[in-house]
Amino acid sequence: MRSEYILKLLESGERVDGRKLDAFRDINIEAGVVKRAEGSARVKIGKTDVIVGIKTEIGEPFSDMPNMGILKTGAEFTPIASPDFESGPPREDAIELARVVDRGIRESECIDLEKLCIKEGEKAWEIFVDVHIINHDGNLIDASALAAVAALRNTKMPKLEKDKIIRDKLEKKLPLSHTPITITVGKVFDKFIIDPLKEEEEMLDSKLTVAVMEDGKICAMQKSGENSLSLEDANTMMDLAVKKSKEIRKLL
Amino acid sequence: MMTEMRKIVVPGEVLGDVKEKNSGYGTFSEDGKIISKFLGIPKDSSGYLSVVPLSGVYTPRRQDKVIGFVISVEKVGWVVDINSPWTSFLSLSEAVDEFVDLKRTDLRRFYDVGDVIYAQVSDVRGSDVQLSMKTPITRKLRGGVTVKITPSKVPRLIGKEGSMINTIKEKTKTIIRVGQNGVVWISGEKINKAIKAVKLIEEKSHIVGLTDEITKLLSD
Amino acid sequence: MGMKTDEKLIVKGKRVDGRKPDEIREIEMEVGVIPNANGSAKVRFGNTIAIAGVYGPRELFPKHRQEADRAIVQCRYNMAPFSVDERKRPGPSRRSMEISKVTRLALEPVLFLEDYPEMVVDVYIEILQADGSTRVTGINAASLALADAGVPMKDLVVALSGGKVDDTLVIDLSGKEDNYGEADIPIVFLPRKKEITLLQMDGQLTPEEIKNILKNVLKAGETVYKKQKEALEKKYSK
Repeated sequence: MRSEYILKLLESGERVDGRKLDAFRDINIEAGVVKRAEGSARVKIGKTDVIVGIKTEIGEPFSDMPNMGILKTGAEFTPIASPDFESGPPREDAIELARVVDRGIRESECIDLEKLCIKEGEKAWEIFVDVHIINHDGNLIDASALAAVAALRNTKMPKLEKDKIIRDKLEKKLPLSHTPITITVGKVFDKFIIDPLKEEEEMLDSKLTVAVMEDGKICAMQKSGENSLSLEDANTMMDLAVKKSKEIRKLL
Repeated sequence: MMTEMRKIVVPGEVLGDVKEKNSGYGTFSEDGKIISKFLGIPKDSSGYLSVVPLSGVYTPRRQDKVIGFVISVEKVGWVVDINSPWTSFLSLSEAVDEFVDLKRTDLRRFYDVGDVIYAQVSDVRGSDVQLSMKTPITRKLRGGVTVKITPSKVPRLIGKEGSMINTIKEKTKTIIRVGQNGVVWISGEKINKAIKAVKLIEEKSHIVGLTDEITKLLSD
Repeated sequence: MGMKTDEKLIVKGKRVDGRKPDEIREIEMEVGVIPNANGSAKVRFGNTIAIAGVYGPRELFPKHRQEADRAIVQCRYNMAPFSVDERKRPGPSRRSMEISKVTRLALEPVLFLEDYPEMVVDVYIEILQADGSTRVTGINAASLALADAGVPMKDLVVALSGGKVDDTLVIDLSGKEDNYGEADIPIVFLPRKKEITLLQMDGQLTPEEIKNILKNVLKAGETVYKKQKEALEKKYSK
């Protein structure tokens, strides 16, 4: 049984593709892959393939943040990406991924939302970050978050002429302040692993996703998986995530 | 030392050490300790620590005697509600001794929807229960009324060697059958009084001095 | 997180509602508030009020969702429309679906699901009044409701939030602190083994600050555990 084989390897600190426990697969980041979007990026981590597109609209600011632009993040786990994905409205995993990616961007203050205010209390730019999974081979959150940040860095704002959005001429770049890097650490037996394959993910006891800023501060965390973590585990996983984030940050 | 109430434990509470005692019903062992699984009353009997839950659904076990309600008649048997998330089935072969020609016989001749039966659990597999009406004690219960109590309180209702239930039967001149699944069937004279007694036990099963309260209720 | 205010959230070492940084709000817990449910409880932390109802273990339909060797847990976290300042439209939101998921994962590890093959344990959490830390308040209620329902458990489940407000590490965030503070960390853990089953965070903190908060919350959670135990015992001491 393949899954037993994978577990056996993990127990002795090895992986089915020969990687070290804390090693990422090959990562490929390509920006600007969707020309009609205001911004976009495609990230491949091994066989996991994710595209994020950025669209802008004009909307009404939230009543409790009247002078700030609006950020909305969505994710689609479309059936082409995996036999496990079904058609229909996003289910809890897709919703969770979107919200975790959103949290990394929002809490790090990645986008200068204040600069996106057009008229306080009435009009502001709405930034839509849409994650589209193309192929699922594990570690969707890290790939999506990385693609989101790459796409935001690639985003240019359309012109606004008398309430009309002119998308032909994209000029100014989206005002960005910080770059969050999201790393998910998995735990199985007493081992901590980075960038699990889909078949490894199914074997994990639990996961901790951590979004890290340039200065090493953490701006978002999400524990997932069916088993509990000790305090020591949580601390170890946090530290490992911060360490790996530095590597990934260099790729952008 | 007199206590008003029997001690109650919560899930996760440590009851003892595996070196000194054994893990009985309602407990599990972890890291050398015996721990409660339920909110309930702890008991120590012959070196076995157990916990009687104060609530919870009926979990069927082989040979349990239960009172069930026939809810549908199928091709080769009957589906019976035994007050439990387990679906129970009484098959024709476990209900009737004689040969039955299925083409010519309407099974409702034996048991129909709404019938109340006192049956025995013959098998439990996954979430399915097989019942039997072949042991001598099993029978159809005609007339009377049924009352439901928390299954874990059945022993208290029955009492030591039947003392509690017999007292109720005598004083109210009723016939009472108690299913281990928490269904109680009562027939006879002072049915309402018997029901009151049963409900009092359900409410106060964990209180010391219950027997006196029951005696008082029944003498009024 | 993320909203801005000029108001100071900590003045002379005291929080907006007069609490010290490591003080938990007034806690009220009551078990058995929904007669129809197998188990139920109402929990209040200051002005946040949650009710939880447990139905089950019970039969699960459709059949294809059944697991042969264990019960599954279904969890629904929902906020009543009147629970917040600006009326919330009824129905599930993306936020409530995410919270439902992390709540289910917070509770599952503690239940003996193998005892109920092919069945389901349904946990419903309703937030009646929201003033910060709603998901942990709901989970404390769910812990009591599960015990009340007689579902076998390895331990009770303790939930509490920690965070940072005006540069100060705090425990049990109220609504204002959640909105205007620097970080909010809801945590759920099993008291006997101190194992964490829910951990989320938003805001900005150094890893050291997070580790401190985790340590403090695990310690402060002992009070919440005591309250749960008392509430369960109280139901049966009448």
